[in-house]
Amino acid sequence: MVRRPSPRARAAQWLLLAAVVAVAWLLGSIAAETSGRRHATLGFGYLADPTNFDIPFRLIPWAVGDTYARALLVCVLNTLLAAAISIVVATLLGLLVGIMRLSTNWLVRNIALGYIELVRNTPQLVQIIFWYVAVLQTLPGPRQSILLPAGVLLNVRGLYLPSIVADNRAAMLWPPALALLLVMPFVWRVPWRGFPIGAKSLLLIPVAIMLFLAGIDHTDLPALRGFNIAGGVQVVPELVALCAGLSIYSAAFIAEIVRAAILSVQKGQREAALSLGLRPRQVLSKIILPQALRVMVPPITSQYLNIIKSSSLGAAVAYPELYEIFAGTAMMQSNREIESIILLMGVFLSINLIVSAFMNWYNRRVALVVR
Amino acid sequence: MSDAVAGQRLPTRGDLMTPRAVDWVRRNLFSSIFNSILTIVVMALAALIVPPLFRWAVTHATISGTTRAACTGDGACWTFIRMRFPRFFYGNYPTDQYWRADVAFALLVALCAPVLRDGTRHRWMWVLLLLVVFPALAAVLLWGGVFGLSYVDTSLWGGLMLDIIASFVTVAGSLPLGILLAFGRRSQLPVVRMLSVGYIELWRGVPLLTVLFMSAVVLPLFLPAGVSADRLLRAMAALVLFNAAYMAEVVRGGLQGVPSGQEEAADSLGLRWWHVQAFVVLPQALRIVVPGIINTVVDLFKDITLVTIIGLFDLLGTVEQALKDPAWLGFATEGYVFSAMVFFVCCSALSAYGRSMERRLAKGQ
Repeated sequence: MVRRPSPRARAAQWLLLAAVVAVAWLLGSIAAETSGRRHATLGFGYLADPTNFDIPFRLIPWAVGDTYARALLVCVLNTLLAAAISIVVATLLGLLVGIMRLSTNWLVRNIALGYIELVRNTPQLVQIIFWYVAVLQTLPGPRQSILLPAGVLLNVRGLYLPSIVADNRAAMLWPPALALLLVMPFVWRVPWRGFPIGAKSLLLIPVAIMLFLAGIDHTDLPALRGFNIAGGVQVVPELVALCAGLSIYSAAFIAEIVRAAILSVQKGQREAALSLGLRPRQVLSKIILPQALRVMVPPITSQYLNIIKSSSLGAAVAYPELYEIFAGTAMMQSNREIESIILLMGVFLSINLIVSAFMNWYNRRVALVVR
Repeated sequence: MSDAVAGQRLPTRGDLMTPRAVDWVRRNLFSSIFNSILTIVVMALAALIVPPLFRWAVTHATISGTTRAACTGDGACWTFIRMRFPRFFYGNYPTDQYWRADVAFALLVALCAPVLRDGTRHRWMWVLLLLVVFPALAAVLLWGGVFGLSYVDTSLWGGLMLDIIASFVTVAGSLPLGILLAFGRRSQLPVVRMLSVGYIELWRGVPLLTVLFMSAVVLPLFLPAGVSADRLLRAMAALVLFNAAYMAEVVRGGLQGVPSGQEEAADSLGLRWWHVQAFVVLPQALRIVVPGIINTVVDLFKDITLVTIIGLFDLLGTVEQALKDPAWLGFATEGYVFSAMVFFVCCSALSAYGRSMERRLAKGQ
């Protein structure tokens, strides 16, 4: 940067700002006039009004007649649920496929390549609808449910998972288990005799699992009773299709990121580590992966953000997430187009900003310190 | 003579003992115990999955006949696709006017070739033709209403044609806007920088679907009374605004990739800021970002299927429309597989071009 902006340019930028403000004001006044013509005033007071629609799938109790604000909360939770499941599945699948791409086995390498090419070059929406209409809706009915490992049932009404029934000690045992898991990353860095505790802190995980298991009374397996499945937790087919579509699509992109990141670590690093006498496993865990991780974090962050945004495609299969309800039923009933769009964009924007702030913080932590 | 000997590969043990194919299989499929197990497992899975799939799609499938009665086998019913084929490409465009869409498409291909090819002379002229003259010509051809061409409303446009039109308009509109925003984001003027950052981050933070929803439902409320724009135009305007934010980030990457010495040298020659950017920095930056732009175009082309949700009939929309036809109920799988394949062919071709471009650029450096 050798040139300083001229005084004229400095003055002109305020003109630009004035123009932007003028356009915004103009649009606002037109919108006010339009809504005035329709006898509606802009405002979010309607969020306290009772609703008159049902939300077929929810994580928290919901009844017709609850307020719009509660409907918003139900939908945000549904969106977050779909996004969270997809992010976890996409990361694991992406890691697997990315490593498969680097396999020495020709067959494995090329199957991964075929998967990536097929998935990356077809629209996500087509994939989600395909999973829903062409796969899940052609599954057999409850009587001919497909039995998957661990007592999981799959049929046209969705995926039935075994549920866990807590006994009365659970309230005492589960919070400490969760706390142990949460403090684990911090214990990792606590110095002890001059070195961080490190991988020894992984011992906390089995302890947490044991505490968790001790709080379980029994598991409730889904089973056919009469014409339907009883017991267990039902995952509606819409959610299964949405998560399958989102995670299979993103996994292909994550696989390419993982592959590129591992390849980006210079060959000399590996050779130097080997010549120092490190074992191949140590080379992978102490030399290659930490360096690959640094390269991976920013592009994977944008994949996570994409998954969150794309969860709005649940509308195509009528999964009751934010877009489906607030650009659909809720908007129709309340007649609040502008408020609905502001709510929708606002919620997605805030979720994205929070996730990207977290990932930026994580990125700074793992980033190479340049001295 | 020693050179000739040195150039030859010494025969390995594999060459002496086994034919080349066996050697290849041994090295690539059975190099270790783990690899052998992997190969066998994968082959077993493939044996389970591939034959039924092949039976469904090819050997037991039907493509002849004109009604669903022809589809008696348990395989795919491609007859459905064949009977609906023109609809998938032209939507509800009048059958006797298909030639107009064909001519527009041929023009597009003819103009894209010199723009994308290597070593075209006067490339800027071709770019201008493509971005300024072609849209006007195509609009006249597709819309009609002048020069004796009958008027075709945009509500009749559909199928793959609509995907291509919307992608072209979006790219042509969002690239210039994106370039401006990229400069804005790098500007030293705080107001310009903040406005650009705000614009880019706002659009990149919201799902495309909400933007399309805005175009379909909310945008009409912001138009003065008496002014109306049809659904397709509104959707394309929203796509331009949305995609410009992504283009801006791609172009910004390119601007950062131009060595600062270039700008300093041009500065020291006494060029004005605009001239430095337009004649020195931007041409070099755009050259770097062509693969990135092509990636954005591939993403955009796939994402345009979202217009189906706001009630426009692109390829996916026409397929869904056809699936609701009472005469052809129950062929959803065929319909979605077909549309996926069409998109796959288009996007693979585009990304393959992008990759070859990337390789050429890498070689040049």
